Amino acid sequence: MPNIRLSSVFLASALALSPAASGAETLRFASQGDIGSMDPYVVEEVFTSGFLGNIYEGLVRRAPDLSIQPALAESWELLSPTHWRFHLRKDVTFHDGTPFNADDVIYSADRVRAGASDFKNRLPSDAKVVAVDDYTVDFITTEPNPILHYTWANWYIMNRDWAEANGVGDADKAASEESYATLHENGTGPFQLVSRAPGVKTTLSRYDGWWGEGSVPTNVTEVEYTPVPNAATRVAALLSGQLDVVFPVPVQDIARVEAAPSGKIEAGPEVRTMYLTMNQWRDTLPGSGLEGKNPLKDRRVREAMYRAIDLETIHARILRGRATPAALMVAPGVNGYSDSFKRYEYDPDRSKELLAEAGYPDGFTFTFQCSNNMYVNDEAICLAVSNMLAKVGIDAKANVQAKAQYLEAILSPNMDFGLAMLGTTPASLDSHIALYSLHMCPRADENSAVWAPDDLAKIVAGKSNFAGYCNPEIDRLANEILIETDEDKRNALINEAWTITTDDVAYIPLHQSWGAWGVREGVGVEVRADNIFDWRYVTVAE
Amino acid sequence: MIRFLIERLFQAAVVLIVVALLAFVMFRFAGDPVAQMVSLDTTAEDRAALREAMGLNNSLPVQFGQFVLRAVQGDFGLSYQMGQPVATLLAERLPASIELSLVAFGIALIVGIPMGVYSGLYPESWLSRAFLILSLAGISLPTFFIGIMLILIFGVELNLFPTFGRGETVDLGWWTTGLLTGSGWHSIILPACTLGLFQMTFIMRLVRAEILDVMRTDYIKFARARGIAKGRINYGHALKNTLVPVLTIAGLQLGSIIAFGIVTESVFQWPGIGLLFIQAISTVDIPVMSTYLLLVALIFVSINLIVDLLYLLVDPRLRVRSR
Repeated sequence: MPNIRLSSVFLASALALSPAASGAETLRFASQGDIGSMDPYVVEEVFTSGFLGNIYEGLVRRAPDLSIQPALAESWELLSPTHWRFHLRKDVTFHDGTPFNADDVIYSADRVRAGASDFKNRLPSDAKVVAVDDYTVDFITTEPNPILHYTWANWYIMNRDWAEANGVGDADKAASEESYATLHENGTGPFQLVSRAPGVKTTLSRYDGWWGEGSVPTNVTEVEYTPVPNAATRVAALLSGQLDVVFPVPVQDIARVEAAPSGKIEAGPEVRTMYLTMNQWRDTLPGSGLEGKNPLKDRRVREAMYRAIDLETIHARILRGRATPAALMVAPGVNGYSDSFKRYEYDPDRSKELLAEAGYPDGFTFTFQCSNNMYVNDEAICLAVSNMLAKVGIDAKANVQAKAQYLEAILSPNMDFGLAMLGTTPASLDSHIALYSLHMCPRADENSAVWAPDDLAKIVAGKSNFAGYCNPEIDRLANEILIETDEDKRNALINEAWTITTDDVAYIPLHQSWGAWGVREGVGVEVRADNIFDWRYVTVAE
Repeated sequence: MIRFLIERLFQAAVVLIVVALLAFVMFRFAGDPVAQMVSLDTTAEDRAALREAMGLNNSLPVQFGQFVLRAVQGDFGLSYQMGQPVATLLAERLPASIELSLVAFGIALIVGIPMGVYSGLYPESWLSRAFLILSLAGISLPTFFIGIMLILIFGVELNLFPTFGRGETVDLGWWTTGLLTGSGWHSIILPACTLGLFQMTFIMRLVRAEILDVMRTDYIKFARARGIAKGRINYGHALKNTLVPVLTIAGLQLGSIIAFGIVTESVFQWPGIGLLFIQAISTVDIPVMSTYLLLVALIFVSINLIVDLLYLLVDPRLRVRSR
């Protein structure tokens, strides 16, 4: 983008006309999409649940370093491996003034598991929730679960009286009438909704009765959120001083924002791991023309693909150094991560040898599904990977599509790909969920044959294992990890599982890319690795 | 006259149904709406249940029939993504689009017609040549490029105008307007110039060609021979006769400005129906997309109908034939 310089005469007259800066403690920010609903159980998506986390609160919350902090629960204890006791905070009121108590937790526990809630996995469906008194709640599960509350930072507590008075029923995505909770809220958090025009603008103000007043640094009293899908518009609005925070800033604009006197970039590695998934389920590799054969079922072929990808070049050229290479399917900061795992080194010669050993000296062809609007520079990375594979003789036909079409192609039961690029963030920030949903065999129940195609609709484990990696040893370990309450033993099991999956080349982990936030000079933010924007940590200079 | 009107209304209804049908068939290729509505961890069972509840398992003709049946009753359903009635969403966004279009159209007329007249009367002058070069740029440069350049120059570097949004609006109950506030006018200038530039150059070229034509006609020559003042010839006789075709075509263009301000709206984050449509496409929000297309078809059909009726009033020959 050319840098336009104009004479100082023009500039002087221009400054006189520039719009007056609005109130000093207003936070004006923009991101690419709007929140789906004000109802905290309808859409599980990072931006929506992060946004609502400023309005609603859970029993626990995540600090900027992602550690677990008490929120609506002051403390908790494990009475037995299956029996949890949570002690609730007593001085909390909802935004309409109603005091918060155990009944609201019971209501929220019921509603989050009912209807078309997107957060059903926050609590096992057979877990019992019992109010011991007004400020003590017990959770009784059938299986021990040492990380029960790890995913609760975005399981927000709703008010029973408000919901019932306004006819808010179960979360319903196919409803024919608008739910009251879609445009209204009654949370306990530091900010309350003032007005909302979906897709246009949402304004919020500070809730005076917030229990945590003074415990966080923010001085923001008003918040104005505008969804701005067009990245160039977003960056221009930051540079012209109309916005205080924009996210994400595209890689090619980072230097420009840094060079501007009024803007700065806050960046850090995300907790999302980008990876390539290889179809190991289909008997015939999609797009290969090899009837009845799937080379990707062969570990040697998978290692050959891994070694054919020159990640350093991708990072230097496409991500301009803003990425952390990954050897594991979880990022640093996730429980169970270890830096003792190393990537298979880039070695195209070894790749060719491995392909020859596996019986494909001339390579093979398959479909490579890519998105172009889901992740940082996803299209460019895909095309680079495709070119690198071509150098060892593998013809990965890249099919780049927008999110909607892309997901349709790769989600089960379609599995219409040889290779696909995806990103994963373990919701609990623990390795178990990554093992459970990405590495366990997708099957209908414990006894059913692995890979039974008719059962695809009923899969209970390996839900995001779209490529069908399967190793019974991992299934066994994952189930043990789930119920092991001794932390050291549990971590040893996790390490064992990661050793097996990396030896199997179950996936090709690529990197954690760095999220770049554009911030106006004078505004302080805490950039979190999970990309959640917590206004509790935003300060605006007066 | 009545028969003509009924015929035309019938044709309009057919057009609307065909548009709806085409839209419905095309949406098959837009992707899976369910995948957009649930998290990646949602079980296949829950997905199937949602698909069933949304009626996506019904055959295409059944889905289409249900849509049309509800649409004639004024019920366009709820947006998949926002959970709000589509009709409300569109009604909230329509004023922004119409105001932007009218201002853009006004700029195009006010600037384009004098430029056209001047370059038609004095085709050899350097100013006319400059106008022609400008109009070439207006016709050939893509809208998003013009928009981004205006933002960079006037928004970021000069800091003269807001770079996005609509400014403050006044709610009149049935209409929200930005044209009653200073910041509203301030915000509309850049997007209106972007949207109006193509129309402006288009009108300028049209007026220029018409003027060049008219100046060669006999009645202008006679007027000159009679010694009528130059100003009266140029504006009283020549311009008046060029305006009929110009206004007809410009009127038809108004429809396309309202309907296809999508690019301008997305560059300037202008909260109109085009922006809503773009957002709906990326999330496969079928009710919003179908209703938008129907609305656009309705705008075009109505404008054409009005133009046809005006012709009928103006031109007696058509009246005879239609009888």
